[in-house]
Amino acid sequence: MLKEKLKKMSHGNMNLTLKVWRQKSGQHKGNFETHKVQASEHMSFLEMLDVLNEKLISERKTPVAFEHDCREGICGSCSMVINGQPHGPQRGTTTCQLHMRQFNDGDVIAIEPFRAAAFPVIKDLVVDRSAFDRIIQSGGYISVNTGQAVDGNSIPIEKDLSGQAFDAATCIGCGACVAACPNASAMLFTSAKVSHLNLLPQGKVEAAQRVLSMVNQMDEEGFGMCSNITACEAECPKEISVDNIARMNREYISATLGSNKTA
Amino acid sequence: MALKNNVPEGPLAEKWTNYRGSMPLVAPNNKRRLEVIVVGTGLAGASAAATMGELGYNVKCFTFHDSPRRAHSIAAQGGINAAKNYQNDGDSVWRLFYDTIKGGDYRSREANVHRLAEASVSIIDQAVAQGVPLAREYGGLLANRSFGGVQVSRTFYARGQTGQQLLIGAYQALSRQISKGSVTMYNRHEMLDLVKIDGKARGIIARNLLTGKLERHAAHCVVMATGGYGNVFYLSTNAMGSNVSAGWRTVKRGALFANPCYTQIHPTCIPVSGDYQSKLTLMSESLRNDGRVWVPAKVEDAKAIREGRKTALDIPEADRDYFLERRYPAFGNLVPRDVASRAAKVECDKGHGIVATGNGVFLDFAEAIERYGKSAAHSQGLHNPGKDIITKLGTAVVEEKYGNLFEMYEKISGENPYKFPMKIYPAVHYTMGGIWVDYHLETNIPGLFCLGEANFSDHGANRLGASALMQGLADGYFVIPYTIGTFLSKEIRTPKISRDAPEFAAAEADVHKRLQGFLDIQGNQSVESFHRRLGKIMWEYCGMARNAEGLKKAIKLIQDLRKEFYSDLFVPGKQDEFNPELEKAARVADFIELGELFAVDALNRNESCGGHFREEYATPEGEAMRVDDEFTYTSAWEWTDVNSEPILHKEELIFDNVELKTRSYK
Repeated sequence: MLKEKLKKMSHGNMNLTLKVWRQKSGQHKGNFETHKVQASEHMSFLEMLDVLNEKLISERKTPVAFEHDCREGICGSCSMVINGQPHGPQRGTTTCQLHMRQFNDGDVIAIEPFRAAAFPVIKDLVVDRSAFDRIIQSGGYISVNTGQAVDGNSIPIEKDLSGQAFDAATCIGCGACVAACPNASAMLFTSAKVSHLNLLPQGKVEAAQRVLSMVNQMDEEGFGMCSNITACEAECPKEISVDNIARMNREYISATLGSNKTA
Repeated sequence: MALKNNVPEGPLAEKWTNYRGSMPLVAPNNKRRLEVIVVGTGLAGASAAATMGELGYNVKCFTFHDSPRRAHSIAAQGGINAAKNYQNDGDSVWRLFYDTIKGGDYRSREANVHRLAEASVSIIDQAVAQGVPLAREYGGLLANRSFGGVQVSRTFYARGQTGQQLLIGAYQALSRQISKGSVTMYNRHEMLDLVKIDGKARGIIARNLLTGKLERHAAHCVVMATGGYGNVFYLSTNAMGSNVSAGWRTVKRGALFANPCYTQIHPTCIPVSGDYQSKLTLMSESLRNDGRVWVPAKVEDAKAIREGRKTALDIPEADRDYFLERRYPAFGNLVPRDVASRAAKVECDKGHGIVATGNGVFLDFAEAIERYGKSAAHSQGLHNPGKDIITKLGTAVVEEKYGNLFEMYEKISGENPYKFPMKIYPAVHYTMGGIWVDYHLETNIPGLFCLGEANFSDHGANRLGASALMQGLADGYFVIPYTIGTFLSKEIRTPKISRDAPEFAAAEADVHKRLQGFLDIQGNQSVESFHRRLGKIMWEYCGMARNAEGLKKAIKLIQDLRKEFYSDLFVPGKQDEFNPELEKAARVADFIELGELFAVDALNRNESCGGHFREEYATPEGEAMRVDDEFTYTSAWEWTDVNSEPILHKEELIFDNVELKTRSYK
């Protein structure tokens, strides 16, 4: 049985049924469209969609629009919900790194865009995530002009602390945390940046202002509140911890109390 | 056309200092009035836009991505070089300069490379100040590792995500300027033409990728930082969207394209597994610090592995050929990329390859795991630890160093690299060639500048590992903010450039006509299918080994492909909508033309140097053989017409400070 399955796989014969979300634009209503695709277990999920699109083009139909670029799990472009999970079933994996060996011959796979009011649909599986850029612009940086830096080794940083900052800084800005959250909250994204910068000595000077401004911008963009469901952490392809949210809450409270700073 | 490289007078080590001390300045009140367009938001573009915004210029920045943070610099793994000499191992600006010149096989410009080495030191300081979490030692100071082609430890890193962390640093600096209004950001806009007025670069035609509408953007000058053209091979480690079009459009407007044939084929990538494959994934060069490259010494063992009858673990030590260590004992597994790639090809061509296609070699960590395991056991006070304990402890060390890379390998290949050696093979990774620029990073079109991988500047015929991030950031943070002043100081009386100028209307009409042309063909073949076929021609005839006969064949095949493209292409949809197929069509059309120039350049260069290996020019041991008497020059090509030959301009390379030697890593 298993041997038979393996043999079939090696010939690239997984027969799949895809239910793909199609939506002409944000102004149009969308619907699921059903397509049959043949794939190989060695393909990445996006390569499987390439096969579908080549087929659609050969039938002179409009290919499915989806966002993708580096295809190695780091640019954060790919954004789709696969069978109800942002980036699909494999933990700690972006859609582009998800391979078809995670699926079985005969599977029916539902593919939808990331859904959130703050991420309006542009077309099919493509959404507008520019709200994330605006959150960073509101304070997700250290104010240092080029040329003002002191020697790199004049700021020693404890290895563990630097590691924690790094863990937060691995966020790829894909938005899976928002898509996973029933409230469409951007707390994991925002708190990862607040943690990255506020943990480091270089980021301390602006720590209070940063957290106030970024939280304020996050609210203005229309992201929801955090109710500690932690689906964000479970679906995050970089496995960023919800500890960052706790840290941001602490930073926010201490920045608000006993301070006359405002966002 | 005489190529003026504008290298300042004076001793090598003083040129840049003298230049900065004597260049004309632009006063703050004038900076506010001067507009600069920056195209691209990778390391070079984002750092340039941010820094020029800080200086007070009025910057407009463009990316075809949905956010500036997605540029492909983000995928760089291993590290960034800097001549800090924090390891006290004898490093210096001179050594970094020398290693880069030698690594580039004596085909780069001395003055540019020295400036790069000088700037390297400031980049690390800048990154740390921005909060980039570079790796640290227990004492809290910055850590280093070694990369190929050098014998010091000067590579700074952030696990296997150095590019990501540095790009996020530059993106944050850019975001700060966007929030201040000194930079206006245009996401999802693709540059499709350059607008020249009175011979100077004065703007671009960009397509809003969401609406499909063409837009005119004017400025006093244009800076391109649009990345490399490795995707001319279709399969490469580049992102799917990486393309040559912005640069190629400027070539159509008179810019020169330098050394297109200088391509870096990176030795350690995950091998090709099937026809559906859309891209190749790099395994960082840093892995060669600890990984040993080998193939079975016996052809029958290799065959058994290919057919699944044996695994790497079945091959006894005596029957393994660590071919890099054997051929290059001085540098071993850390020879430069071009040398390592060719050596792997030689073994596979002889039948020693270990994956089904025949094209793959092992990268083995077993020895490193044992070495680290023993060391960890010793520091924990364990005497005579068992093999299991050593393996466990050693695996933990390797995981800490390369964990994310091992994980990525497992996801793609489905094999556990802690247990079985990785299977790797060379793949197209980086392009040293690019738009020709002078010392100011200005092209032959006044007011048009080019930075980062998009220019040809600093790496000669082969780039050393961890030098791409260095160059991108040096150009953006520390070079262009100065050199652009030399051009703009002469423009302080130039009023705001008008978008109503007839040159803008003409360029916009050209772009519209070209895009409509793709849609109107209404043939039967997809853009992707043409791109794949182009890539196959390029890999077959312009890949790791080239010869005159093959290159001539490639030129003919590419010309035929171009004709077929323009007669049988099918692009669905229309212009004034979000249409990714149309975007790709315009890019592939440019790749086809570039591909032909690439082969012409490779055919012209009758020598082997760096990544350009001509089979006719090899030593008896199979090493690259330069022909310095004839080819110590940069080839800068001027476009004429699809039906006529491009014109070659030569920039002689003058080596006042280093002696040209046969590059040896033995």
